[in-house]
Amino acid sequence: MTATAATAREIPVRDSSKPERRFRPRRFSGDDVVSVLGAMVSAVALTWLELQRLLPASGVIGFWLCWYVTFLALYTGIVWLRTRNRLAVRDQLAAALVSGAGVLVVVSLALVISYTIARGYTALRPNFFTQTMAGTGPLDPLTSGGALHAMVGTLEQVGLGAAFSVPLGIATGLYLNEVKGRLARLVRTVVDAMSALPSIVAGLFIFASVILTFGMQKTGFAASLALSVMMLPIITRTAEVVFRLVPGGLREASYALGAPQWRTVLFVVLPTARASLVTAVILGVARGVGETAPVLLTAGFTDSMNANPLEGPQVSLPLYIFNFVRYPQADMISRAYGAALALLVIVMVLFVSARLIGGSGPGQSGRSQRRATRRAAAGLR
Amino acid sequence: MRHTAASQHAADGENRRAGRAALSAPDRFFRGLVLTAAIVVLAIMGLIGLFLLLRAGSALRQAGWSFFTDFLWQTDADVFGVAGVLTGTVLIAAVALVIAVPVALGAALFISEYVTGRPRRVLISLVDLMAAVPSIVYGLWGFFFLQPRIVSLSRWLTDHASFVPLFKTASPTYAASTFIAGVVVALMVIPICCAIMREVFSQAPVGEREGAIALGATRWGVIRTVVLPFGRGGIVGGIMLGLGRAMGETIAVYLIISVLFAPPSRLIHILETGGASISSLIALRYGDSDEFGLSALMAAGLVLFLLTLVVNTAASVIVSRSRSGASTEI
Repeated sequence: MTATAATAREIPVRDSSKPERRFRPRRFSGDDVVSVLGAMVSAVALTWLELQRLLPASGVIGFWLCWYVTFLALYTGIVWLRTRNRLAVRDQLAAALVSGAGVLVVVSLALVISYTIARGYTALRPNFFTQTMAGTGPLDPLTSGGALHAMVGTLEQVGLGAAFSVPLGIATGLYLNEVKGRLARLVRTVVDAMSALPSIVAGLFIFASVILTFGMQKTGFAASLALSVMMLPIITRTAEVVFRLVPGGLREASYALGAPQWRTVLFVVLPTARASLVTAVILGVARGVGETAPVLLTAGFTDSMNANPLEGPQVSLPLYIFNFVRYPQADMISRAYGAALALLVIVMVLFVSARLIGGSGPGQSGRSQRRATRRAAAGLR
Repeated sequence: MRHTAASQHAADGENRRAGRAALSAPDRFFRGLVLTAAIVVLAIMGLIGLFLLLRAGSALRQAGWSFFTDFLWQTDADVFGVAGVLTGTVLIAAVALVIAVPVALGAALFISEYVTGRPRRVLISLVDLMAAVPSIVYGLWGFFFLQPRIVSLSRWLTDHASFVPLFKTASPTYAASTFIAGVVVALMVIPICCAIMREVFSQAPVGEREGAIALGATRWGVIRTVVLPFGRGGIVGGIMLGLGRAMGETIAVYLIISVLFAPPSRLIHILETGGASISSLIALRYGDSDEFGLSALMAAGLVLFLLTLVVNTAASVIVSRSRSGASTEI
């Protein structure tokens, strides 16, 4: 800013030939970028020197751990030399630590996903989706056998599990947020505790009750019961949060028009929360698809197709992975990775669709809904 | 708390109507329906404990208090107890938390304080996706990818830091250890902790934030004086939720550790091959156990159930105290 101050009375005038620039306290300047990059590069060099030339240590994880410590030290030094300000040094060191944690999370997720893809895609041949493992031994090549029976099993078990847990979960969510009865606090605490129920305990419960006490076989049905125990708390909790986000004014408007509670819930609360409820269900299903431990105790194992969940053992994708990964043959491990990749794709598709559907919060209509409203309004006119 | 529609929807501070509006029959039906659902949910949780207790009865009667002091698991010889597997469970969870908590805290601060706009939404989605990745996928990754690469770190630790009792080893074998299982479980715990912490951090009051900035605080100053103190409940709650999850993890741990029935003094060598956890004990033994052996496994499952129940209930109480439950108004 240039201000001319010839006399004391004169008001400072902005020099209009220069455009005004907004001051951004958080923007990275060129110096900052150079400091970070410089520290990173010199840390690589120094760590290489330490580990390869001076210390007899190896290992990629050790390298990056050393690199990070060296980077922090160098960066702290650079900031100190530039600013000579203890506050600035502390601020920048904290920023480096915190960003490091964020980057670590992203990198480890990327490693898990990319490694599964790299190991799994060789097994994903057409026969993987059309054949079962009946008649295919551990020594047979990847061109024979597949996971069709496991996919069918996963579909049926998760479908049945959702059929049990979705109505129950949504009704409980309504109880918690619409009725707010005497038990609400207790139910909320219990659902919270249940959402972190160890998955093996869910399997053990169905094993102890349905299979040992009531004498049923290990079936897909028993597995779906165990899965619904796992899915129920997720759906309930998410549904409760969704109902809480429905604007209270909508409910009051409905009551003011004289609607009883059940009509308010059925025609105001549920439709308003529809998109987010779908998200809740999808997230519950995504959890159920990947659960191994409950299925391990309750579903049994088979190599061949069993489309009837009520009778005989039925295998699902996680169980297929769990059994085949323990074979010594490389092709069996590849099959396990193929199934893991299929599972990962299913989870990611469910997850992305949950994001897309639930993108607009309750009360905000999506694009198609807005179009429908316009059409209805045009019809009224 | 009143429970009628009339009182529920009267605004706070207004005089409530003296009489209660009678509920119509359909409304009573609706309330009965959702109340039944809530009771069913409670009943399921109760039944889990009840069935495990019923089935565990014969083993618990047989073993008595030695169930909590024995570390072997020989149900044929009547020598079995959870001392070993319980120690192993706690150790795996402890390793996981030592790694997960700083990373989750940093990532949560990074998301809530350092990035904005589109990158923030992407990061939130990635953390949620990380929580949705099936545990068996983490197990495969830990066994085939991480284990060969982390063994050299284990060796380095035991060579240079064995003055810490945890890092001592009796024999130079490092695969299938408590430490590696803990690292993999840490990956599963991070998104859970991170999500809770981020949510609480983002609720830190704007006025206090701006006050700190106006007083000349750096970004770290704002975090230290406003965000962390307001988010303390969320941090503790997130850690406890992570602890519950870490203790209950089954498949990834089972794939990685080789189950060892050893006294706690041996299990404490976390870098050495062999570890134990209640859940992997159940997964290992449920198939080849007779009726009494199953009963003993049920008893072990009951211990795990009660342990996680206590931890999670405490966690949810702490988190819910630091979270507002008000409905949105228009």
